[in-house]
Amino acid sequence: MQAFTVLTGRGVPLRRSDVDTDQIFPGRFGTRTTATGYEDTLFADWRAEPGFVLNDPRYRGATILVAGSDFGTGSSREFAVWALQDYGFRVVVSPRFGDIFRGNALKRGLLAVRLDAPVVERLWQLTEEDPATEITVDLERRTVTAPGIDVPFEIDDHTRARLLEGLDDIAATERHADAIAAYESRRRPALPTTGAVRHG
Amino acid sequence: MQLTLADKIWRDHVVRSAVGEPDLLYIDLHLLHEVNTPVAFDNLRAAGRTVRRPDLTLATEDHATPTFTDRPSLDEVLRRSQMKLIRDNCAEFGIQMYPLGDARQGIVHVIGPELGLAQPGMTIVCCDSHTTTHGAFGTLAFGIGASQVEHVLATQTLPMTKMKNMSVDITGSLAPGVTPKDVVLALINKTGTGRGVGHVMEFRGPVIEAMSMEGRMTVCNMAVEAGSRAGLIAPDETTLAYLKDRPHAPKGEDWEREVAHWRTLATDPGAIFDSAVHLDGSALTPFVTWGINPAQSVPLGGRVPGVDDFTDDRGRRAAARALEYMGLTPGTAMRDLAVDAVFIGSCTNGRIEDLRAAAEVLRGRKVADGVEVLLVPGSAAVRAQAVAEGLEDVFNAAGVELRYPGCSMCCALNEDRLRPGQRAASTNNRNFEGRQGRGARTHVVSPEVAAATAVAGRLASPADLAA
Ligand code: SF4
Repeated sequence: MQAFTVLTGRGVPLRRSDVDTDQIFPGRFGTRTTATGYEDTLFADWRAEPGFVLNDPRYRGATILVAGSDFGTGSSREFAVWALQDYGFRVVVSPRFGDIFRGNALKRGLLAVRLDAPVVERLWQLTEEDPATEITVDLERRTVTAPGIDVPFEIDDHTRARLLEGLDDIAATERHADAIAAYESRRRPALPTTGAVRHG
Repeated sequence: MQLTLADKIWRDHVVRSAVGEPDLLYIDLHLLHEVNTPVAFDNLRAAGRTVRRPDLTLATEDHATPTFTDRPSLDEVLRRSQMKLIRDNCAEFGIQMYPLGDARQGIVHVIGPELGLAQPGMTIVCCDSHTTTHGAFGTLAFGIGASQVEHVLATQTLPMTKMKNMSVDITGSLAPGVTPKDVVLALINKTGTGRGVGHVMEFRGPVIEAMSMEGRMTVCNMAVEAGSRAGLIAPDETTLAYLKDRPHAPKGEDWEREVAHWRTLATDPGAIFDSAVHLDGSALTPFVTWGINPAQSVPLGGRVPGVDDFTDDRGRRAAARALEYMGLTPGTAMRDLAVDAVFIGSCTNGRIEDLRAAAEVLRGRKVADGVEVLLVPGSAAVRAQAVAEGLEDVFNAAGVELRYPGCSMCCALNEDRLRPGQRAASTNNRNFEGRQGRGARTHVVSPEVAAATAVAGRLASPADLAA
């Protein structure tokens, strides 16, 4: 996973709320089985509309998506995160995220930043007036800055530390193998098993 | 301290906790399906890891399977490469897998309960947001993404931040003709799509207590559409009656011991919830969606709203977009909307009770000309039961074919999909743009309304047909 410290980049104003993962990544592409190569799938149906903001050449190369509330609701498909990343986004800003989407994003190093709706509105205005506006997302300081904006955002210490170092979550958990084994030895014996054989 | 049901399940599954870190939570059951898993297995292999507890893992194929056959040819399996991959990956790592054609195959959230694998007090995860369905059993069950699948495969745990508690009290009693689907649609209409974010919703009150397990599953299934991480219902006699003698339910003395344990799990009197919602069940009528998210709904007797019916900027913008996408004129009576197709099935309403309800409406009637009906049972067991009960004959007489189990037109990952501009009444859970096919227009409804709509050719309730 790519580490995330500070990113300065341009933003895309996506003036829509309730952007569910079916829009971010239409289900029909969900039969793909690779880990990369999803840039073409991002908002594929909306990109077919000429007026859609991603079709505006002035926003080409932007790395920060600024969206309305309840971004990433719906399906758990992690494809939505991969599509955003493969397209080039490293940060998504919204007043509120779907839980599963936010979890998936932070696992993969796509920073999901919650900012209040008035700040999002201000970012929309700035990026609409001047698409070259630079926005800085600083994970060290947990702040977002842009002309006239300097606001903090919340992220828990653990996730922040993991993103700053680009660490693999599974390796971190594996360090607690003893605690897991101890827990397993005290589970209720009548809990169901699925019929498969446990190795080792 | 007084604890909620969710608090108790959480407490019982913490492997490790440390200040400033998420809790490490043990997962009792990990369910897999073909769509969101290939990359997780690839990454697991690439890192030289293995599956820690195949005996707590179960896979099925449901999302992209065909519904015209339960005996797919080898070509058919290969063409649907994810089916081949889940089969190969499960064989490699020793995971029990129920392929299409197996008597236990079906939509992942239908077969878990059916097999007795969802039991009170457990934690269950699956690479699918509607894992919340299992919450009907007093099980803390939630959807995860592919990276988390890999994490659970490798460690049988997940680092998780504890969710907040929301109580959802549904009081009164339902009028005849009002179903669990109407309850949950009305609830989401009230909460919106985001109020549940970060929360477990515990559903309670007389309406829930009187509901069957199938109905409770419908309600918990859609908890995620209000943004919730999970839905929960305390186990009671209805739960026990459903679970007893299921293949994976505890037997004999184990049953007695586990039941005694389950009875201790209910929320303590006086436990404090972080937030609360109340819904008067007595006031409800059949509900249908008109827009492009599950909160955009009205009573079936209502009309398509206009932009000016919304006072906030967000609601107005969302309504404008929805009206355009759905091709609707404000003020149109919902009952005047003609449909091209009807879909009865999915993990929301693909259980035997749902098929019985549809059959009751279709008995002695015919589907309207020009309406295409897809009737897809949630599992092979549901299908077998529908045949055994003679429901298939009722469907056939009405001009409806009983298909083979899978997600089908709920997610349109196989060939069951609508064409652009087609309008459908659908018993699934999501009316998102393009969900049932590019440009498709979905109205989420109950099985009763779906079946009546198939007969009338426009949105209708069973009572409308009798008139
Ligand atoms: S039936 Fe629909 S909602 Fe349920 S698991 Fe399948 S695709 Fe998901």
